[in-house]
Amino acid sequence: MNVRIHPAWLIAGGVLLLYPFPANDFFTVQIGAYSLILGTIALSLMILAGYGGMVSLAQLPAAGLAAYMLPILGSNTQDVLGFGWSHWVTIPAALFTGMAFSALVGLIAVRTGGIYMIMITLAVAVSVFFLTRQNYGIFNGFTGYAGIEAPKPFGLDLRSPLPFYYLCLAVSAGFVLATIYVAKSPFGLSLQAVRDNPRRVSALGHSVAAIRVYAFFLAGLVAAAGGVMLVFFNGRISPGTIGVDVAIDILVIAVVGGLRHPVGPFLGALAFVLLENFAIDLIDRERFNTVIGTAFLLVVLFSPDGLLGLWDRLKPRIAQSYIQTAGNPRTGGTGNQPNSSREQSDE
Amino acid sequence: MNEKMKTKTLMLGASLAAIMGVTSASAEGVRIGAVAVLEGAFAVLGEDGMRGVNLALQEFGHTAGGLDIELITGSSDASPDSAVRATRKIVEQDGAPIVIGPLSGSEGLAIRDYAKTQPNATFINGVSAAQDTTLREPAENFFRFSTEGAQWMAGLGEYVYEEKGYRNVAILAEDYSFPYTQVFGFLEPFCRLGGRAPQDARFYVPIGNKDYSSVIAALPDDVDAIYVALGGADAVNFLTQYEQAGGDLPLIGGSITVDQTVLGSEGRARNFVIGTPSAGPVSDTWDDPRWAEFVAAYRDAFPDGFPSPSLFAHGYYVNTKAALLALEEVGGDLSDGGVAYREVLSNLSFETPTGMVSLDERRNAVADIFLTEVIEGPDGNLVNSTIKITPSVSQTFGLPYEEFLEYGPVSRENPACE
Repeated sequence: MNVRIHPAWLIAGGVLLLYPFPANDFFTVQIGAYSLILGTIALSLMILAGYGGMVSLAQLPAAGLAAYMLPILGSNTQDVLGFGWSHWVTIPAALFTGMAFSALVGLIAVRTGGIYMIMITLAVAVSVFFLTRQNYGIFNGFTGYAGIEAPKPFGLDLRSPLPFYYLCLAVSAGFVLATIYVAKSPFGLSLQAVRDNPRRVSALGHSVAAIRVYAFFLAGLVAAAGGVMLVFFNGRISPGTIGVDVAIDILVIAVVGGLRHPVGPFLGALAFVLLENFAIDLIDRERFNTVIGTAFLLVVLFSPDGLLGLWDRLKPRIAQSYIQTAGNPRTGGTGNQPNSSREQSDE
Repeated sequence: MNEKMKTKTLMLGASLAAIMGVTSASAEGVRIGAVAVLEGAFAVLGEDGMRGVNLALQEFGHTAGGLDIELITGSSDASPDSAVRATRKIVEQDGAPIVIGPLSGSEGLAIRDYAKTQPNATFINGVSAAQDTTLREPAENFFRFSTEGAQWMAGLGEYVYEEKGYRNVAILAEDYSFPYTQVFGFLEPFCRLGGRAPQDARFYVPIGNKDYSSVIAALPDDVDAIYVALGGADAVNFLTQYEQAGGDLPLIGGSITVDQTVLGSEGRARNFVIGTPSAGPVSDTWDDPRWAEFVAAYRDAFPDGFPSPSLFAHGYYVNTKAALLALEEVGGDLSDGGVAYREVLSNLSFETPTGMVSLDERRNAVADIFLTEVIEGPDGNLVNSTIKITPSVSQTFGLPYEEFLEYGPVSRENPACE
C-alpha cells in the first residue's frame, strides 16, 4: 500500500521502454542492448565491490565461461563438441556454471581483501583467458566458437533487434530490482556489515566467509546472465571476448558509473559504449583511445563516486538555482547563501 | 607556344569541370568504410594498411563514378568481436554501403559471417588471409582481391626441397587461422615431394608470446631448417632470442616473418636472417615499373612510412582500388542494394602494382606470387629480393574445387606429413 516510487524511476522506465522506437537498429542493439549487457556484467562487480567491499576481476571470466557453455552444450558451426541440446537445458547450465565458478573464486579469494583480492582475481582472469586460448578439446583455442543462435520461442527470433533489446532490458531491470531488494534483506545487510566491520560481524556469531562466498555465488548469476546475453549478441565467443583488457574495461565501467547504486554500472556502460563507438569520429583515428581515457580520467578526478556521484553533486545546485530564481527572488543575487546551505545539508 | 596554350586551356577547363563536377556531386556522396587493427599488437600493421587505403583514394581524387567519397574509419584490436562491432557501426549507423577490411585472419571469418546478415552491403577484404573466409561457406557479398595465406606460399615448398635440399623441417607459428593457412600452403607441396614435418616438431605459440626459450630448447637437432610463421613483434622476439641462444639452423620465412615490419628492426638478428627464403604477395625489390611507381607514390605520400610499402599497405590498396574501379564502372549507382555493383566486382580484373588480379567463382583473388630471399640492399637496409614469380596462383592450387576440399580445413595438424 505504501510503496512509494520516485517519479525519476517512472520517467527512466518510460524512456527505456520507448527508446527503440525513435532509434534505428544500430542504436537499439549496439548501443542500447550492448550497454545493458556490459552494465549487467559490471553490476555483478558492483554488487561485490559496492555492498561487499570486494573488488573482483573474475566476474567477466564467470560471464565468459557461462557463454562458452552455450556452444559447447548447444550447437555451433565449428565442428568441435556441440551436443546440440536445447536452450531449455543449455541456458540453465550456463547460468549454473557462472555461479559455480564465481563461488569457487570466492572460496579462493574470500580470506583476502583489498589489493590482494584484486591480485588473486586478476590471476584467475588471466588463467581463464589462457585456458580458453590454449585448450582445443573444449574451448577450441584462439578461434573459439561461432554460429551461436539465440532461442526462437514461438517463432519469435530473440536476436532480432526489438525482441533482443527488450530481453536485455527485462533481464537487467530484473537484476537491478533484485539487487535493491536483496540489499535490504537480512543477507544484504549482513554483507554490508561484513564490508564495514568484519570482526564485529564474526563476533556476533555470523560466518564472514560464508556470507562472502554466498555473495560471490549470487553475483555469479548476474555475470552469467550477462554472459549469455553477450554470446547471443555476438553470435560467437572466443578468448578475445574475455581477455584481461576487457575485464579491466568492466572494472572501469563499474567505477566510472558509480559503485553506490545498482544503476551506476549501467550509466558507466552507456558512457563506455558511446565513447567506444563514436570517439573515432571526434578525433584523428590514431588518438581516439586517448579521448576515451581522458574522459574517464576526468570523471574519476572530479567525482570519486563516478557518474552517479556527479549527479548527486549537481542536484542540490540545480535545486538551489531553481529555488533562487523561482521561489525566493529576494536572496537570488548573493553567492554565499547556496554554499552555506549546502554544507549544512551535507552534515 | 600555341600547343602549350591549348594544353593549358584544356587543363584549366578540365580542372574547372572537375571542380564543378565535385561541387555538383557533393550533394551526392558515398561513404566507404575501412576497418583495420589500430590498437594493440598489430597496430603498426593496421596503420600501414590505412596508408594503402588513402593512397588508392588519392589516386582517384576521392571521387569515383561521380560520387564524392567520404572515408569512415573503424578500429579493431585483432579480435573477431571488435572487428564485427566496428564494421557494424559503419554499416548500420553510418550507412556505408561498402566496407574495406579487416586485417587479421580470424577477423575475416567473423566479417564473412556478418556479411551474410547484411545482403545489401558490400564487403571487400583488407588483408585478412585465412583460407576458409572464401573457401568454405563463402558469403555472396564478401570479396577478396588480396590473395590468402596458402596462396602466398606458392613456390616456397618446392624451392626449399629442390634447391636448398631440405628434407625435414620444424614448424614454429602463431596459434590461429592465418598461420595455419600459411603452414598448409608451405607443407602441402613440400610433403608431396617427400619432405617431412613431424607433429612433435611443430610448435604453436600464442600471439604476443615474449619468451621463446622453451621452444628453442625443444627444437629437434635432426631437422634441416625451421619454418617460422610469426608476425610483427613476435618474429623480432624469436629471431633475437634464437640468435642469442646460438641457434644455427637455417630459417624459412612466412610471408610476414621477414617483411619490412620485421626487417626494419635493429639488432644482431638482422645479419642472421640474410639468405632466408620466403614467399608472399609483394617483393620489395621487384624491378617492374608498376611496382616502382607504387613505391614512389607511397614514399611521396607517407614520408613517415616504411622504406618500402608492406604487404598490408599493398593489400588494402588493391582492395580499395577494386572498390573504386567497380564504383566507376556502375557510374556510382548503388540504388539496387549494390546488386549491379557486386556483379561488376565479381568480373573485375585489373592491373595492380604486382600484376593482374582477377577473382574466382568464390570471389577470391587469382594473382601472381613472389618467391623471395632476404639480402642486404645497397643502402644497408635488409630487403627481399625476387627469386621467382609464380603466375596466377589460385586458391585451389589449380585443382578443381571439390578435389581441393579433400585436403580438409587448415589446422595445426594439416597436412599430416608423416
